Amino acid sequence: MDYFAQQLINGLVLGSIYGLIAIGYTMVYGIVGMINFAHGDIFMIGGFIALISFLVLVSLGLTAIPLILLIVLLVSMAITALYGWTIERIAYRPLRHSFRLAPMLSAIGMSFVLTNFSQVSQGARVKPVPPIITGGYTLHEGSQGFAVQLSNIQIMVVLATIVVLALFTWLVSRTRLGRDMRACEQDQTMAALLGVDVDRTISMTFVIGAALAAVAGMMYLLYYGLVDFFMGFVAGIKAFTAAVLGGIGSLPGAMLGGLAIGLIETFWSAYFSVEYKDVAAFSILIVVLIFMPTGLLGRPEVEKV
Amino acid sequence: MSATSARPSHAAQPSGGAFILKKALISALVALVLFSLMIGVRTEAGPQGGLIYWTRFGDLAALVATVFGGSIIVELLRQWWGPIDKDSLVPKPVQSAMSFAGRWLAPALLVFAFLVPVIFYDQRYILDLSILVLTYVMLGWGLNVVVGLAGLLDLGYVAFYAVGAYSYALLATNFGLSFWVCLPLAGILAAFWGVLLGFPVLRLRGDYLAIVTLAFGEIIRLVIINWQSLTGGPNGVSGIPRPTMFGIPLDNSDSGLAARLGIEFSPTHRLVFLFYLILAMALLTNWVTIRLRRLPIGRAWEALREDEVACRALGINTTTTKLTAFATGAMFGGFAGAFFATRQGFISPESFTFQESALVLAIVVLGGMGSQLGVALAALTMIGGFELFRGLDQYRMLVFGIAMVLLMIWRPRGLIGHRAPTVFLERNQAISSDLVKEGHG
Repeated sequence: MDYFAQQLINGLVLGSIYGLIAIGYTMVYGIVGMINFAHGDIFMIGGFIALISFLVLVSLGLTAIPLILLIVLLVSMAITALYGWTIERIAYRPLRHSFRLAPMLSAIGMSFVLTNFSQVSQGARVKPVPPIITGGYTLHEGSQGFAVQLSNIQIMVVLATIVVLALFTWLVSRTRLGRDMRACEQDQTMAALLGVDVDRTISMTFVIGAALAAVAGMMYLLYYGLVDFFMGFVAGIKAFTAAVLGGIGSLPGAMLGGLAIGLIETFWSAYFSVEYKDVAAFSILIVVLIFMPTGLLGRPEVEKV
Repeated sequence: MSATSARPSHAAQPSGGAFILKKALISALVALVLFSLMIGVRTEAGPQGGLIYWTRFGDLAALVATVFGGSIIVELLRQWWGPIDKDSLVPKPVQSAMSFAGRWLAPALLVFAFLVPVIFYDQRYILDLSILVLTYVMLGWGLNVVVGLAGLLDLGYVAFYAVGAYSYALLATNFGLSFWVCLPLAGILAAFWGVLLGFPVLRLRGDYLAIVTLAFGEIIRLVIINWQSLTGGPNGVSGIPRPTMFGIPLDNSDSGLAARLGIEFSPTHRLVFLFYLILAMALLTNWVTIRLRRLPIGRAWEALREDEVACRALGINTTTTKLTAFATGAMFGGFAGAFFATRQGFISPESFTFQESALVLAIVVLGGMGSQLGVALAALTMIGGFELFRGLDQYRMLVFGIAMVLLMIWRPRGLIGHRAPTVFLERNQAISSDLVKEGHG
């Protein structure tokens, strides 16, 4: 039971990170109708920028950890958001009204660009960081000496996810920008006729998605203590799996799907085999799609002739 | 954002030096922020395990200056070029010249392909490269059945390539079966996996299909890596037998081809044989595809690509149509995989990453989705271009990615032409894009 509880905690933390990335996929898919293949690499860039800014701040002589973390978070969100904006401008906007496959391939190309850009600029080796947030609580002492641990960093990841999600939900449901986004999702032409700046709204979607991915990247860095140039690919596929699992286009679905993928992966590693955890996640994606082709919370697609 | 919102489609496009300068400045500023940390600071794991960093502000400044200059040049070029009119009519003489070239290009290329080993007999590198190009031509033609004809977006094509390669490698090393026995087996096994993948994805559309096929490709790769007792895991399978010319080995033994013909042995013989082997296999793929297109099943694929709902309304069984498309494409992938294994003599999971799938898909899309000649030309361009940048080493994939994005922006419909419609109007008519949109199969 204790072992189960521990894995549940680990799975929820991992799932929060996946969920944050998945939201970026699902938002872009909802509005533009394309798979932003480069989103996983934006997450990777976010991790890198968090790492570098952390290093620079520490060497500048800052010692207050909370202050450093706050600055790192803001810097990495801002710069990564600019990456998202630039990618949309360069690679996707010229193809907005092109045929279906064109933006997808452009996105795959962009993903290669980002992966190899960070490999060329930062080197291929894994970048480790010492644990920044240490300590934690023992929730329950088991009979065989197994204790359920809840570390501070896990608390922080979950808290940060909740705060970011709350902010994001408020943004989508209560602000002018959120209303524009929902309008564009339903009908771009009509939204444009009613005075919504569609181009700007789409840009902002990418910016917000990238900022969320940056938060995920920083959490990943803090939780696992390393980044490398290739981490965006697998994390990206899994987050997209999460988005599809939750029903692509649905924001709560993305978070739910992220948690589900995180839990599946963790439990599979804990009870079956670590090697096949990714196989398990992908297989479950396929199984879910057979029985629920629109995902957990997705709206059924109406076929129009 | 205000300065950069000028698009070519706008009637009154702002121009003039001030505008260009402003735009270039904004681009440079964006570049400065983007690259400030990623280029300006280089991190590396230090000797004591911690991280160290050093700054590279010179590189950063050079890059930002390049973006500034590049932005000015691009903007000047754009104004000189005028607004991009996608549907501009090509003048009659050019049109007829192009159709003439189009008619004779394919036979000319074919004749040239047959002559390659004769012309370049002494140049091992070129022979090797042409074998590689032909492998990708075959893969492209195989994937073309799924993506170009049936319109099913497959991001995991490399899985079938891997199945074919491992089928041959394992059958040959464990049971000593010859290449010619294993080739059909590899194709059948790959087709079987194609059907296996096809079943769950039958109900999926468009992008869901893409992600499931991608996941499938990853599953196959991960299983290959982890099932060490069968596949050797990351170490791969080595010592895969070379192909024989219908039982006659191509080596310098007494029973080898050179000894039997009484000519001097040369390792090039095997290369030439491999070249003609892959050429024959690619041409077989092409021939089967062209024949299938004229059969009801091929027509059904194309109908499925255009509109799945209409397809069903007309009584076409979409289930079997999709499954046959998957199986046919997978079979050709399996053939190509078996060839790859016998050519390399060694295979490992590293050869079957998503990058390969993306490369083959890029070839199909750049080739114009459904055009056989286009796929061949795209394979030649992509693999040739890839080789040109071999010296750049780690920058190669970066250049490949940039090229992919630029090519998509420049020619989203592919390098040459588009698929030829069977029925068309004599006059050009303005048709709303909603009416000619792709089906979402």
